Amino acid sequence: MIKMENQELLKAVEGYCAQGYRLVQICCVKETEGLVLHYTFDKDYDLIDLSISIAEGAPVPSITTIYPCAFLYENEIHDLFGLTIQDINVDFKGLLYKVTVARPFNPAVDPAARERS
Amino acid sequence: MAFFSMAGSTLANLFKKPATRLYPAVEPKCSAITRGHVAIEVNQCVFCGICGKKCPTLAIEVNREAKTWEIQRLKCIACGNCCEACPKHCLSMNSAYSRPVSSLEKELAHEVARGA
Amino acid sequence: MSSVSSSKHTVIPFGPQHPVLPEPLHFDFVLEDEKIVDVIPSIGYVHRGLEILASKKEFTEFVYVAERICGICSFIHGMGYCEALEEIMHIEVPGRAQNLRVIWSELSRVHSHLLWLGLAADAFGFENLFMQAWRAREGVLDIIEETTGARVIFGACKIGGVRKDIDGDTLSRIAYVLNKLQSEVQAVCDIFLKDSSVKHRLCGVGLLSREDAYALGAVGPMLRASGLAYDCRKLGYAAFSDINFSIVTETDGDCYARCSVRIREIYQSFDIIRQTIAKMPGGEICAKFKGVPDGEALVRFEQPRGEVVYYVKANGTKFLTRFRARTPTFANIPAMMQVLKGANFADVPTIVLTIDPCISCTER
Repeated sequence: MIKMENQELLKAVEGYCAQGYRLVQICCVKETEGLVLHYTFDKDYDLIDLSISIAEGAPVPSITTIYPCAFLYENEIHDLFGLTIQDINVDFKGLLYKVTVARPFNPAVDPAARERS
Repeated sequence: MAFFSMAGSTLANLFKKPATRLYPAVEPKCSAITRGHVAIEVNQCVFCGICGKKCPTLAIEVNREAKTWEIQRLKCIACGNCCEACPKHCLSMNSAYSRPVSSLEKELAHEVARGA
Repeated sequence: MSSVSSSKHTVIPFGPQHPVLPEPLHFDFVLEDEKIVDVIPSIGYVHRGLEILASKKEFTEFVYVAERICGICSFIHGMGYCEALEEIMHIEVPGRAQNLRVIWSELSRVHSHLLWLGLAADAFGFENLFMQAWRAREGVLDIIEETTGARVIFGACKIGGVRKDIDGDTLSRIAYVLNKLQSEVQAVCDIFLKDSSVKHRLCGVGLLSREDAYALGAVGPMLRASGLAYDCRKLGYAAFSDINFSIVTETDGDCYARCSVRIREIYQSFDIIRQTIAKMPGGEICAKFKGVPDGEALVRFEQPRGEVVYYVKANGTKFLTRFRARTPTFANIPAMMQVLKGANFADVPTIVLTIDPCISCTER
């Protein structure tokens, strides 16, 4: 499992694609402060996991230019966690999972309520 | 390339008995350890409440003062955690499935056992 | 995406309710005459938000939720969750428990492939074959019920091992019953592989090339039918490191190849079960453990439909921070879209079924 900075992500992903790795999953984890995105790649049973930390509200570039099949994962993360991912090739604009409660896995906290507690 | 390859078995099936059972008229097929429903020997129960704590769906409720053991059959998933956890071994797993109930009879799915 | 304002294009919805679909899945097909030009998938009809329950249920109880993600692939979900936690907490699972897990996961694979065989036959209209395949499947479900107590949701795995043991007599009886089952399954599968009407519907339909399969992230039989030998059981989880088996592949990449891969995997699973029964060691079936998990783990298994990845993160309390299951059908959807483009509309049910969609798994 490799941790890296937000800016280095696209370059690292391009590097893995050039070496022939396939995309396995993109997973989002809600930490106490912010979110962590895990990008997992595999080639010949060798699994590599890259993780980047995102602050609440910060946008993330899409990797669909490199791996076109990533659109489902990115749309899912947008619908469930409220993370903005820019330039997804097939963008459902929040309608992949038609949830009644917005961002169910990462509920937005009202800042006024947080100050009061 | 084969043609009409199923004809033989189709004709044979005409003379065999059906592979299905007319449930609920006929009891379903089950084995010795089928997890059907939980039964209690209430006279052995000491109302310690461990089964209620171990139940993953919170289907069991135990009241020590009133000496009652209640189970919501519709919530119970027949996992067997309560039977394994009971210190007095008064809970057992029976093979018969709980019968489905209509909404008018929903109260039947909530059973209460009282101790002596 | 192609424009739908041209007068020659029609948009036809497929699903979520459709006679061939076992679970709700929606596609919008953009058609030009009878050929499909574009596909827009829409999932989310059975999204239950099970992953968020991980932070609300104790980690020892979450096994029951993980098993209920899907009815067909239930055992491997439970096993995957348990193995991920065993890796975080460094629990050593006894050899007998590993072998029992292999037997149950291979039985799970056999029953899933037979179920799929029946549904695929139903999709192209061969209802008699559908019923015979499910009748053969009953034999497998009987074995599962005798050993675990339930037909579909086994409830057999727990953290540290398994909950029930199978004694020596039952193991020998299972080996005997498998021989009888094999001849019944063979009769059904031979029709699938050799009958001319079935071949007419399956051969040359739904082609997926080797490069596309790899680039689009396809997994499982879809990948193996296009010529790539990739099977997560070769990673050696549970007791698979001691078992001798070769990866089943085909090269054509059409629907017939996918069916053939699954049928050969059924026979291979029977063989694996026999090998495991012969090598069953004695000993405990469960290891005790104390404490709460703290850390993260990423583990992979081979479900009947392909590679499933579990990511578990724990923070030292009874409740997990995150449980994520990336199921194989989720990974196969982009490949499915590629296969559907250029196909005839009448072949759509057959193609969608040969992907073996398990939508409850996809949406958790």
